[in-house]
This record gives sequence, structure tokens and C-alpha cells, in this order.
Amino acid sequence: MDVTLRVWRQKKPGADGSFRTYHVQDVSPDASFLEMLDDVNEGLNGQGEEPIAFDSDCREGICGMCGLMINGLAHGPQRGTATCQLHMRKFSDGDTITIEPWRAEAFPVIQDLIVDRSPMDRIIEAGGYITAPTGSAPDANTLPVPKQAADAAFDAAACIGCGACVAACPNSAANLFTGAKISHLGLLPQGQAERWTRAMAMVERMEDFFGSCTNFGECETACPKSISINVIAWMNGDYVKAQFKNPAKTGRNNL
Amino acid sequence: MTTTTPDVLDAKIPLGPIEDKWDNHKFSIHLVNPANKRKYDIIVIGTGLAGASAAASLAELGYNVSAFTYHDSPRRAHSISAQGGINAAKNYPNDGDSIRRLFYDTVKGGDFRSREANVYRLAQVADEIIDQSTAQGVPFAREYGGLLDNRSFGGAQVSRTFYARGQTGQQLLLGAYQALARQVGLGSVQLYNRCEMLEVVLKDGRAVGVVVRDLITGEISSHSAHAVVLATGGYANAYFLSTNAMACNVTAAWRAHRKGAFFANPCFTQIHPTCIPASDEHQSKLTLMSESLRNDGRIWVPKQRDDPRPPNDIPAEDRDYYLERIYPAFGNLVPRDVASRAAMRMIDEELGVGPLKNGVYLDFHTAIERLGKETIEERYGNLFEMYERITDENPYQVPMRIYPAPHYTMGGLWVDYNLETTVPGLYAIGEANFSDHGANRLGASALMQGLADGYFVLPYTIGDYLSAWLNTTPVPTGDPVFREAEATVADRSKRFLDIGGTRSVDWFHRELGKILIEHCGMSRSRPGLEKALSEIPALRTEFWSDLRVLGDDMSVNQSLERAGRVADFFELAELMCVDALEREESCGAHFRVEHETEDGEALRDDADFSFVSSWQWTGEGSASKLHKEELGFEEVELSQRSYK
Repeated sequence: MDVTLRVWRQKKPGADGSFRTYHVQDVSPDASFLEMLDDVNEGLNGQGEEPIAFDSDCREGICGMCGLMINGLAHGPQRGTATCQLHMRKFSDGDTITIEPWRAEAFPVIQDLIVDRSPMDRIIEAGGYITAPTGSAPDANTLPVPKQAADAAFDAAACIGCGACVAACPNSAANLFTGAKISHLGLLPQGQAERWTRAMAMVERMEDFFGSCTNFGECETACPKSISINVIAWMNGDYVKAQFKNPAKTGRNNL
Repeated sequence: MTTTTPDVLDAKIPLGPIEDKWDNHKFSIHLVNPANKRKYDIIVIGTGLAGASAAASLAELGYNVSAFTYHDSPRRAHSISAQGGINAAKNYPNDGDSIRRLFYDTVKGGDFRSREANVYRLAQVADEIIDQSTAQGVPFAREYGGLLDNRSFGGAQVSRTFYARGQTGQQLLLGAYQALARQVGLGSVQLYNRCEMLEVVLKDGRAVGVVVRDLITGEISSHSAHAVVLATGGYANAYFLSTNAMACNVTAAWRAHRKGAFFANPCFTQIHPTCIPASDEHQSKLTLMSESLRNDGRIWVPKQRDDPRPPNDIPAEDRDYYLERIYPAFGNLVPRDVASRAAMRMIDEELGVGPLKNGVYLDFHTAIERLGKETIEERYGNLFEMYERITDENPYQVPMRIYPAPHYTMGGLWVDYNLETTVPGLYAIGEANFSDHGANRLGASALMQGLADGYFVLPYTIGDYLSAWLNTTPVPTGDPVFREAEATVADRSKRFLDIGGTRSVDWFHRELGKILIEHCGMSRSRPGLEKALSEIPALRTEFWSDLRVLGDDMSVNQSLERAGRVADFFELAELMCVDALEREESCGAHFRVEHETEDGEALRDDADFSFVSSWQWTGEGSASKLHKEELGFEEVELSQRSYK
């Protein structure tokens, strides 16, 4: 199949960028989207034009390194699929495909299609963990976790931190990302001791960088792991409760 | 061409009965007292399972840690792609598991080419890893009673694999990443992202720091410390097409090797039996389908060559469930090397399936009938979805097609019992070292080893080295040794940019991969390896004269990054072939066609090859020097591995 690409090219952070058009011929429908871009780059290198810079690593949809706006959709047209798992068979011969980097103020463009997503790490550093220094853990079966709770925690923990939720959100909010971590840890008995301080710290750090959620729900649609927007409700609930919970009483009130 | 001097390698294996070695060792090595730990700086390169767990644990102990990753976040490390699970001898299923059995299975699975004392320690600390990660909130699979569930993996007859759906690596890495993030938040770890280590710096023979390149600005900078830890993963990407992530590379380990760290068993590379077969020439990587699928999937090929019928129309009597036929005791759960070679033999006999005849079937019909689709979905749902996205076929209805692909490297930097390389102050942990898996790694053991090294081994053993340097300051980065290393890095970048040839880095990488997989892949022969050893240097010469890297070294330049990695793969590839040629036996994943049993299994030569091949760099264009670490087996009896 033949496709026409409109690709965002930008030399460095803060520099002016523009779309460039590339005509790509004889693309195999079985090629992945990024393999198609690899091929384009191979051609550009041959012609003496610098290859298009884009992030990707595992190409199995789990590392979260890749992420492109494809025709205005984060990770492209296939639901529940990261860019690297998208295949050209989802497009048609003759299509024009527009490729942009994630667009969000918190994610400045570094070059071409690469953005800086480090504010997401800052949110985790603020409290996205259970304090359990190495060596201090009791036997793993000491604390039974109801299977339903473990499964629900897992559904939230499946987040790959790609930033598609932010890119898809009209407000560039990171609520799905933050809510997923707060839910993952807050649903487990191990996570109770820090539940309220965690919710406070993570939400407040999130607000240093990202916009506010107005319940558009675009994030859930864009999420390559189909994480439910319910995690945002959970986060909001915990954040509100955290305002009047006294952590000193956590053991009595909430376990 | 090779000489041996066994005295150079001291594995520092503690005395005493194997059960007590680790305890005795922890008691007898030097400690650094808690108040003194803050006086030490440690550099950790790589933040995957091993690196993140080590950096977090060292910081918790009080050391000042600088951690470097070439990713934008530690959460991207390739550990995240591990699917199936992590082993530990908790014996929760009450099926007779024990530390000794896990130890034995691992040594046997490695075809008796690993170091007993290290493997025993690994089996000992494995239980603690499960406890540690559960406490961190890793959502392992559970039974309805709330207790942890186990499943089976290849090479074992007990269920000892803990798992988190098909994303165990992801969840364990996030646990380690979050522990690391906590330390970053507390200011006890300085994290450098998008920074690639390009030189290890030595002074007076010991490691004193590193030189890194900022992948965004191109800035080259030096960092000094009392000790350097490499947690930089394996080198299966030397084959170009592998299950590794795109950026996985050998550069950090290879730069260390060139500075004096010996490289052990480079030819021990694992070809994983269950990957999605390549579809065409442009493919950028191969995708793994977890070994756990072999718990419920049955592997078969049609008995008749070029059987035109779709798989579901082929009746049972026309199918050859060859693993169940040849290995009745272990069936579909034979170790990886055995399963891979069996698949290769089927395809060599032209029994392969799929459009390119390059696969075998992995069929879930029996399991779906027995357990119901829902159970299968719960166990493997994400893998089935991934398969469908890539192949456009629904594995609930049509059998998967699979084929072996390079996946993991048992070889790596030589380390002693303390995980220290032959360069004092330079440590290697996780897949980057060679120590625990012998000639073949069992499934669910990589996560175990990475976390064992990072959480429970290195944080203790590194103190033994550091204690001697109390109240010393690290070598200043203004020292000539750093200036020199920075110049080397800058010159190398410039050299790539100045070649101005016609071919891309990926083209050379792909060609190198073709040579390696053909001659140093699943089966190796003397003529093949000799051919590879003439082709690789020729291709490398072409690389250095016809490479085209555009752009500059003052900004993001992904071709430049890859050029450095591929240049190192060229040197490593040659050593892999030299090592494979030298090892005149078959063992585990290293299969020399000259050495096979009557029924086509690997034929070991314990009398002559019961050693670790440890290679010393002697300069460009000069043959590497072989040092042998003899392997003593006191606890297990060497036997012909049998899974029949």
C-alpha cells in the first residue's frame, strides 16, 4: 500500500517546527507503524535528510516509551493499542496520515516527535510507592489480599506511563495516570498506611505540572491499557477524604 | 592462540557447607557502619530490575547513589517486558519444593556450567524477593482465599512461579522503580535520565567513575565515585532480530571489558522457543510469547509435509505433538534450549507451518475445552491480544504460530562471588554478569536473579570493597584520567560523523545479525564459525568506511547513538564466535553439531570443558586471551540432562 505522511519536524526545544510531507510506497500491511517509520528513515538517511526522531523501545506495548499523535488520536485509531503495536493494516491504500508529538505544556518537544515526560516521574517521586525498605518485609502470605482487590489493583497497575492520557486530554490533565497509581496502591492492604498522605502528595505534585480534569473521558479512550476512568473517581474520593482523615487514626478507621 | 592462567581468577567462594556459605560470607566480609555509609559515593549504570533495586537498596542503607539510564524514565527498562513470572522455593503449593530443589533445577537447567555457590545463594534469597515485592504492592496473582498463586514453568516438576498475569516483569520493575523514585524524592539518589554511559574510568587499576553522554544536548560529562555498578542488561540484540527492546546493547559492558573486565561465556546465548515468527525483511524485532503458554498450550506440526489443510481441519492422528512424543516426562515444559532445538529440527525437516513455513503450532484447543475460555483468558489474555494485534489471527480459534528467537544472554562480565568484575571497584549485576544460569537459563529465573543481585547480594558485598576506602574522597573529575576518557568519547562520536559513507547503521546491524544467527545461533559448527570469523571483520571494515551518520553530536541524534552500540556489537560478535569455536562440546544453548548424542541431544564434555571461559581484552586487532575458571561440583552429580 502507498501512504502520504505529514510529519512534525522540529530541530530542538523551543524552536519553530513545521509539517513535512513524505510519500511512502509499497508498505506491507503486516508492517507495524513504527517499522514503516523505520523504513522512511532508512530512505531519508540515503537521501541525506536527517531521519525523523521518535521514541520507542520494547515495541511490545509495555515499556511506554513510544507515543505519537496519529491523525489527531493518541496512539492512533486502534483502541487499547500503543503506537508500537499498531499495524499498517489498520490504514488504507492512499491514506494521508498526520503524525505529531504529544501536545501538552507539561511535555515540551525535545526534537521532532520526542517529548519530555519527566513530570510523570515527579508525581511518582512525591508518593507513588509503598515505603518498604529492602529486607523489612514479612512473609508474603502473612497478609491475605482478597482476589477481587488484587485484580482491581492490577487493572490500575497496568498503566505503562506513556502519557497518552495527557496528550488526549483537552486540559492536558494527568488524572488518569495519577489516579491509576493512587488506586493501585490504595486498593491493597499493604498500601493503607500511607493512603491519605500519598493521595495528598501525589495530587498536589500533579497540579504543579498538569491541567485540571473536567471529565471529558478522552483519556480512557486513548489509554493503550484501557484503564478505566473510575480510577479518577477513586483518586478524587481519596483526595477529599485525605483532607479530614487523621493519619494517626488510620489503623483504627480504615483497615 | 589461547593460553590459560587459572590463578588470575579467584571466585572468592566462601568455605563451609553450601547451605552456610552465604551466611558465613556475610559474617566474615568487612562492613561499613551506618554512620560511615554517607561518606561513600556509588554510581549505578542502568535502572532495570537489577539497577533500580540496587540503587534503591544502597540509598536506603545510606550510601550516596547516582543512577544513570539512557531512557527517559527508569520504568522503561527492558525488564518491563518479562511476561511469565519469577521463581521462588516457597513451597506454597505443597508439592515438595525446597531451596535445594530450586538450586538443583537451576544448575541442571544450566547444563552444569554455572557456579554452584552462586546458584545456591540465588535459591536462598529468592523467597525474600517475593516477600519484598509483595510488601511494595506488586499485585501477584492470588487465590480466592487471598493467598498467592503459583504456576509451572519449563525445566521444573514443581509449581514455583509467582506471576502477575502476563506482566510480571512490568509489575516487579514498577515495584523497584517506585522504591527508587522514593529515594530520588528523598534526595538520596541523584537520577540522570537520557544519559548513556560510554566509558568506565580507571585510576591505578580500579574503577573510579564513568563518562556519560547526555542524549538530548550531546554534552559529555564525567562522574566519579568510590565504586561503579553496571546493571546494563544482556546483548541478544547483537543478532539484530531478537526479543530485546530496540535500545538494548552491550556498550557499557563492552567498554568495561576493553578496560580490563573479563567477559565470560559470550557464546552462551539463549534462543527462546516461543516467539512470533518473522513476517518479512523489514521486521525490526521479534516478539516473545511467554513460556508460561506452554503450561496449557500444546506444540505440534503436521505429520505430512506441506499439509494444505488449515490447522483446525487436521485431525489428531495427522498431528505430531513432538515434544510430548520425544520427552514424555516433561512434555511441552522441557527447558528452552531443548524446545528451541526441537522446533528447529521440525522446520529443517520442512514440517514448518505458516506462509513462510517458519513456525510450529502452539495450540490451546485442549486447554480451552478442559478449562473454559474464561480461565485461559484470565491466564494469558494480554498475550493473546498481543498476538492478534501482530498477526491478525485469533489464537482462541486458530493455533498460534511460534518460532525460536534470541532472547537472553547467559554470558556477560565475569564476576566473583561478590559480583565484582576483574576490575576492582567495578561490579556487574543482573543479566550483565554471567554468574547464575550456566549454559541455559530456566524460565522465570531472570527476574529472580536481577532482583536477588540488586536487593540482597550487592548491597552487602560492595561494603567489603568500600570499607578499605573509608575517609577517602573520590578522584576529582578534573583528573587527567577523566579528561582522557572524555576525549575518547568525543573523538569516537566525531569519527562516526566523519565517515560520510552510504549505508545506515541499521543496515550494518541487520547484516551482522544475519551472520551471527546463521553461524552462532541455535546450532554452531567449526566451518560455520570460521566463516563468521572471516565475514564479521570484513563487514566491520566496511562499517568503518561506508557508514553514514547524518546530523551532529550536539543534539538528539539517534543514528549516532546506534552507531556506537553497533560498533561494540561488532567486536562482541567476534568474541562470541571465538568462544563458540573454542568450546568443543555442546552444552545447554551452545550446540555444536560435532558434539551430539545419538538422538540429537547436546553432548557435554565434562572432563575437558567444565569451566567458565573468561576472556581478557588484549587490544584492537589482537586475539583475546582465555582464562579458565574451573567449576567444581560438590553438591550435584554431573549427569546427562534427561527430560524424557
